[in-house]
Amino acid sequence: MVKKLLFICALFCVIVTLGIVFLLLEEAVGFFQQVSIKEFLLGTNWAPMFEPRSFGVLPLVCGTFWVTFGAALIGLPTGLGIGLFLNDFAPSWLRNLVKPVLEILAGIPTVVYGYFALTVITPWLQNLLPSVEVFNAASAAIVVGLMVLPMVASLCDDAIKAVPRSVKEAGYALGATKSEVATQVTIPSALSGIIASFILALSRAFGETMAVTLAAGSTPKITLNPFESVQTLTAYIVQVSTGDTPQGSIEYKSIFAVGILLLAVSLLFNMLAFYLVKKYRTVGE
Amino acid sequence: MVKGIENKSNDQRPFEPSPPFAIEAREVNIAYGARRAVLDVTLKVPEHTIVALIGPSGCGKSTLLRSMNRMNDFVNNATVTGEILFRGQNIYESGADPVSIRRQIGMVFQKPNPFPTSIRKNITWGPKINGYQGDYEELVETSLRRAALWDEVAGKLDESGLALSGGQQQRLCIARAIAMDPDVILMDEPCSALDPSSTLKIENLLLELKDRFTIIIVTHNMQQARRVSDYTAFMYQGELIEYGPTDEVFETPRQELTRDYVSGRFG
Amino acid sequence: MSEIDLTQGSTGLSNQVINRAPDLQGQFLSGSTLWRPRRGRRKFFGVLFLLLTLLATLIGVAALIVLLESVISQGWSRLSWDFINNFPSRIASRAGIKAALVGSVYLTGLVAVIAIPVGVGAAVYLEEFAADTRWRRIIDINIANLAGVPSIVYGMLGLMLFVRICAFGHSLLAGACTMSLLILPVIIVTSREALKTVPQGVRLAALGLGATKWQTVRAHVLPTALPGILTGVILSLSRAVGETAPLLMIGALSYMAFVPESPMDDFTVLPIQIFNWSSRPQDEFRVAAAAGILVLMGILLTVNSCAIVMRMRYQRKMQW
Repeated sequence: MVKKLLFICALFCVIVTLGIVFLLLEEAVGFFQQVSIKEFLLGTNWAPMFEPRSFGVLPLVCGTFWVTFGAALIGLPTGLGIGLFLNDFAPSWLRNLVKPVLEILAGIPTVVYGYFALTVITPWLQNLLPSVEVFNAASAAIVVGLMVLPMVASLCDDAIKAVPRSVKEAGYALGATKSEVATQVTIPSALSGIIASFILALSRAFGETMAVTLAAGSTPKITLNPFESVQTLTAYIVQVSTGDTPQGSIEYKSIFAVGILLLAVSLLFNMLAFYLVKKYRTVGE
Repeated sequence: MVKGIENKSNDQRPFEPSPPFAIEAREVNIAYGARRAVLDVTLKVPEHTIVALIGPSGCGKSTLLRSMNRMNDFVNNATVTGEILFRGQNIYESGADPVSIRRQIGMVFQKPNPFPTSIRKNITWGPKINGYQGDYEELVETSLRRAALWDEVAGKLDESGLALSGGQQQRLCIARAIAMDPDVILMDEPCSALDPSSTLKIENLLLELKDRFTIIIVTHNMQQARRVSDYTAFMYQGELIEYGPTDEVFETPRQELTRDYVSGRFG
Repeated sequence: MSEIDLTQGSTGLSNQVINRAPDLQGQFLSGSTLWRPRRGRRKFFGVLFLLLTLLATLIGVAALIVLLESVISQGWSRLSWDFINNFPSRIASRAGIKAALVGSVYLTGLVAVIAIPVGVGAAVYLEEFAADTRWRRIIDINIANLAGVPSIVYGMLGLMLFVRICAFGHSLLAGACTMSLLILPVIIVTSREALKTVPQGVRLAALGLGATKWQTVRAHVLPTALPGILTGVILSLSRAVGETAPLLMIGALSYMAFVPESPMDDFTVLPIQIFNWSSRPQDEFRVAAAAGILVLMGILLTVNSCAIVMRMRYQRKMQW
């Protein structure tokens, strides 16, 4: 009896997943009856509100790409660096000081990061480079990079910690310096865990909404300049849902097509990370 | 060499091996925080010999061994006082570079710990980072031959070192240490995780290696100490109780405590 | 394979004894051309590498300091009882967070009521009852994936499921249900970790006394794992307090001049109020946003540090 009740709790998760997929698909099907999948995925013009309407998602993908790419550039090496520093170099008092800082950073709501981008990072970028627009991809990327930083750092920390001490000692006993052991023994041994943390961070940056909506702007376009206003997939969904778009209209349905794309890519990221983590757990034991 | 101790007055005189010494510990004290692990140990290790450190677990023998190539630098709040001389120079003097010291004083650990990579890379990694200029293929073969592992792995150098059996892994670790051409090899209970036949192989290997290297081996297996070592040091509760030629330590120990230990009354 | 000569040759492993002096500063084997240790260069790269990782750490610490500094310097002077007790207003200097604060508290309470039983229940089932079958592995993968679904997608699910199909409207209840789904995987994962730390001996001891599985879990396993579970629950609830995107999706209001009184009432929450004020160009509203952030982060920090202190005490007590 109790067991059945608990089983229903666990089954609930599967139901939620199926629910997400089913409901998104249902609305998206309506959208794809009017816009072909090929036009959606390969079109280079996103103009859902104005005539002539056009639903090529690539400009949104471009905005998302800039944010994800920039965030990765900042968050991944820094996070890995922190993981290495905490394990191999920091004395324990410093470690005990840095860990809570990371936990606080990890607990800050994303909307606060958005505020931070808008009021600190963007003005700072504009100081450096006057041509930077008020809303720009770079500012959003920097702040999302800082946002994923604590996650990367703590997952890398775990992965590095799982490297057996004896293997590192073998390195030292051969006359290797700390940095040689770190880069040539520790990192390769912890590689799958490190990569998993990177993938999860990419996935998080990819699906990040509030900071990006606040900082990156709402101008869907394909651009090579990260200092221009862009629009990400997530920001578009927010824009439509907070506006007064009539339910059942095509631009309303379009957010579900965008949502499916978002879901598909993050699931892909997550599956990859899941298998990598599983793999490194078995190596670690 | 003094052989046989008939008269009791000899008891107080410490055993004096003949120089040159590879490692010489002088009044070494090692503490972890407030806990003192090694107390006033003085020990001379002649070149090209095998010295066994024996004693019950927790007696400080591994701690002493790890201080000889400064591996205990990585242990928080470990402090070493006294001197440890490597060919006459104190490895704890200021300016001494632990990396260079470890490069000359190799170490084999209790559990086999090959790098999670190919057999070949396990051997070549150390020489590579230390700038070995010779032929790496030859180095791999020579080291594996010296470690009596070549015949078993010759065809599969690119397979993972982790795929080998425990005894083979440990010999790979020995080969890895030999490839650096060190002066001294420290071994921390190298056979404790191995089966008897692998242990025998490694013991035979040690006897062959000693004409080239000085070997200090920590073991809690007294038969092993007897079989392989030239000199034996018995430690108890951080102190060096007795040090002398292996036969004497086992057959005519000077100290009551040593006699009790080697006869298996405790430990 | 030709026999190679072990006694001499270019490997330097010859049998003859070379009486070389040790060199503790690193120029060892200076006579040998076989080794070029380049200690200077390696030391340089070692220091460089250390500095790089130190720099990374400093970036993390600096980010927090600059963020806190900017929020405090902007918002501190705006904090007052009026700010907390006023409803939002078109006039920035009169705007307050009463509706948002109350909404956040109600929402979190509802989320706790919905998500904790389901989440902990699922964790107990998966950890204590489920056999290691294909089904369990499917649920495992499923939970790992759910934890990685972008929060805005949960918002879309909530919009369809609770706002439309269940016809809860843009109500507190719809918001709480959506948020519960969002934090469910987090609660499950952390509770399972806590259950895993309970030593097997505790279970075997109880089962050995003739207790049923459920009796064992209820009387021994759950109490032992409780601090860990509570820590995870608090941390995930604090995530719900800070989440914005899903609530925007299900249509939480950004302007509300009253306090919600039943779960079916419209609502707003602090993060949405902050989002709304931040996105306005006027500086006065940015100041209000900063003050709102101070309140929000004050709440989160208090709650999270409770969780951290609890975890530390728990770790100290549970030295098995």
